[in-house]
Amino acid sequence: MAERFDCIVVGAGPAGISCAFELAKGGASVLLLERGEYPGSKNVMGGVLYRKMMEDVIPGFYKEAPLERPIVEQRFMMMDKESAVTFGYKGMEWGQEPYNNFTVLRAKFDQWFASKAVEQGAILVNETVVTQCIVEEGRVVGVRTDRPDGDIYADVVVLADGVNSLLAKSLGFHKEYRPDEVALATMEVLKLDKKTIEERFNLEPNQGCTIELFGDATKGILGTGFLYTNKDTLSIGVGTLLSGLIKHKIKPYELLEYVKNHPMIRPYLHGSDQQEYLAHLIPEGGYKSMGRVVGNGVIVVGDAAQLVNAIHREGSNLAMTSGRIAAETILLAMEAEDFSEALLDRYRVKLMESFVGQDMKKYKDSTHHFDKFPQYFDQYIPMMNRAASQMFTVDGSSKWEKQKKIWKEVGTAREKIKIARDAYRAWRVMK
Amino acid sequence: MGEEKKGQSIEEKQYTVRFNADTKSHLHVKDTDICLTSCPDKICTIFCPAEIYKWEDIRMHIGYEGCHECGSCRIGCPHENIDWVYPKGGHGIIFRLG
Repeated sequence: MAERFDCIVVGAGPAGISCAFELAKGGASVLLLERGEYPGSKNVMGGVLYRKMMEDVIPGFYKEAPLERPIVEQRFMMMDKESAVTFGYKGMEWGQEPYNNFTVLRAKFDQWFASKAVEQGAILVNETVVTQCIVEEGRVVGVRTDRPDGDIYADVVVLADGVNSLLAKSLGFHKEYRPDEVALATMEVLKLDKKTIEERFNLEPNQGCTIELFGDATKGILGTGFLYTNKDTLSIGVGTLLSGLIKHKIKPYELLEYVKNHPMIRPYLHGSDQQEYLAHLIPEGGYKSMGRVVGNGVIVVGDAAQLVNAIHREGSNLAMTSGRIAAETILLAMEAEDFSEALLDRYRVKLMESFVGQDMKKYKDSTHHFDKFPQYFDQYIPMMNRAASQMFTVDGSSKWEKQKKIWKEVGTAREKIKIARDAYRAWRVMK
Repeated sequence: MGEEKKGQSIEEKQYTVRFNADTKSHLHVKDTDICLTSCPDKICTIFCPAEIYKWEDIRMHIGYEGCHECGSCRIGCPHENIDWVYPKGGHGIIFRLG
């Protein structure tokens, strides 16, 4: 009793749901398979959802979606052990339509988003693991699930099965990732009443703030921490390359506790109550870690295709755009009745022409660079803190004297040349 | 300062999470001899975010019921010695928020 659809989408995250939504809207019969109890029950992110790419799928979504707060301020804290140099941007234009981004809680948001795909006609089946792609004569023709009589067939299978993408790996699209190609992030959702959040973060009601944490937040290991405001909770987390945790033999939840108890962070969390602890991998290998994204009868989207811009903590937006472009390509393939790799490759071409591919290329060397040269995080950030402390501490010495002292502290002439070289290198990998 | 030490241990953190554990483990050590003889660091017991890997004298105990299904152990095991699949549909971790 084999079932048949135009398309099967594996995984109900931002990439899979966007794809299923667009396909159903375009008139295709779509099966959206989710292994969790409901969409979002396996999904984790720090919490920033970008308005533009979501609106490309559902215009005006923010009028009805379960969002936390529109972000009006983004701060960056360069942390040392007992200090921080902070900069950021706050703008009222972000607090009104069309907005820039929002904090969301994924278990709530993904459920809502999936329900919109269902409204368009997609069939959502939860609690179903796809154990393998069914391959016949060199093309993917369907999926095998862990349900009895679990084979389902389709013209195209979209792999939106997330960072671990066992399916893309089993097709030989990518090798197993190395520990320096993935970041392990742990986070907690902490309950705190609305008014306290607004007072502590200098916000009006229905305004939010994000703070990205660098340096001592990860004890100098390559990675970042974050503190985001939700409606009546905070999300705090920290992520580092898995290779960094291994090398330094650090327990991820102890690092999270370290950040929570850091003197620059603790006052924000005071009196909050732990609601949920979450761990997840982030694909951070970038452009060079990307595997194949198309084959005969198959397309890979989102985290499964390694589409994450780690430098700008963007992922869900790349996922949504990839899902949308995949759907456009599949609708085209249906018209042409051609589901070969040659035709589906238009997805890859369009994706690489879009901001997704362009940004992946722009930062193709960045993760590797900052991993190879840890001094940016473990030396230059503390140095920046010492310089700020020196300059702003009024102790009777003149500002010229202070500048001299700071300059001397930077090190010998050779060390200064090294810093200049590192600055140039950083510019090169980021430009 | 009034110290709040709530929820700092991994046990307390795990207590905040909802699980619907399957009766069988979705995680297996492929070759138990490797853990015993060739892996002095047993680094999985350190980096697993749920501390489900515990070395018990001569063997690795896997508390799969508390697994976050992140995949770190599969990628981080220096001997590629962990057989990793997803729990049966609807089972395993169930996030309510994040």
